[in-house]
Amino acid sequence: MSFEEKTTWVAALVTVIVTICYTSVVRGMMVGVPVAEVAYQKPLLIAVGATIVMTVMGAIGTAIGTAIGSAVTAEITGERSAEDAVGDVGRTDQRDKDISRRGELIGYYVSSAGVVGVLALAMLRYDQFWIANALYLSFALGTLVASVAKIVTYRRGF
Amino acid sequence: MVKPTRVENSIRALRFKAGEMTQAELADRVHVTRQTIIAIEQGRYSPSLEMAFQIARVFGVPLDEVFHYPGEES
Repeated sequence: MSFEEKTTWVAALVTVIVTICYTSVVRGMMVGVPVAEVAYQKPLLIAVGATIVMTVMGAIGTAIGTAIGSAVTAEITGERSAEDAVGDVGRTDQRDKDISRRGELIGYYVSSAGVVGVLALAMLRYDQFWIANALYLSFALGTLVASVAKIVTYRRGF
Repeated sequence: MVKPTRVENSIRALRFKAGEMTQAELADRVHVTRQTIIAIEQGRYSPSLEMAFQIARVFGVPLDEVFHYPGEES
């Protein structure tokens, strides 16, 4: 598995974990409170910040983990492929860029569809709570779909 | 599984002819990852024209000795 594919897995997992945590927190806050009074702002900002920080930290951790794991495997087993995997850490080539571009395009379509829904909510004068959360979920879903599309393309080729 | 590309290649054979060159060595010389060489060899990725020329240059052969595009069978 290439380094870029591993970081794509990290991004997908972070998106899923953060979105689940955020929606759980906000659902808890909604119990017995009118949505207009739910203080979703702070958890939303934390969720956005956590996604960015965890994705970056995950990529760094993946690089370190791959380098150490491959070096240890190469030392113990003498496997050439493990040694080569160390050299691939952090390396991005044309195929990675092509896959990233395809995945991001698919994710963009999903996010855009979500944004159309957000526009509809705004036009129908829904509460800011629904508009902000629909927007967050649109981007989260777009990011997740982009990551899944990249992983599928890495596996199946194109 | 249906291969995503119809482009075929002889990279594996050419690597062995070139002193059993490893996929990693070829990857280093073309400045790509080993996974990209594996994907090309397995027909899961069609390289750009420039990358195809770089691969052919490593083996010192014309492009059509590395990559082949089979015609329609009637």
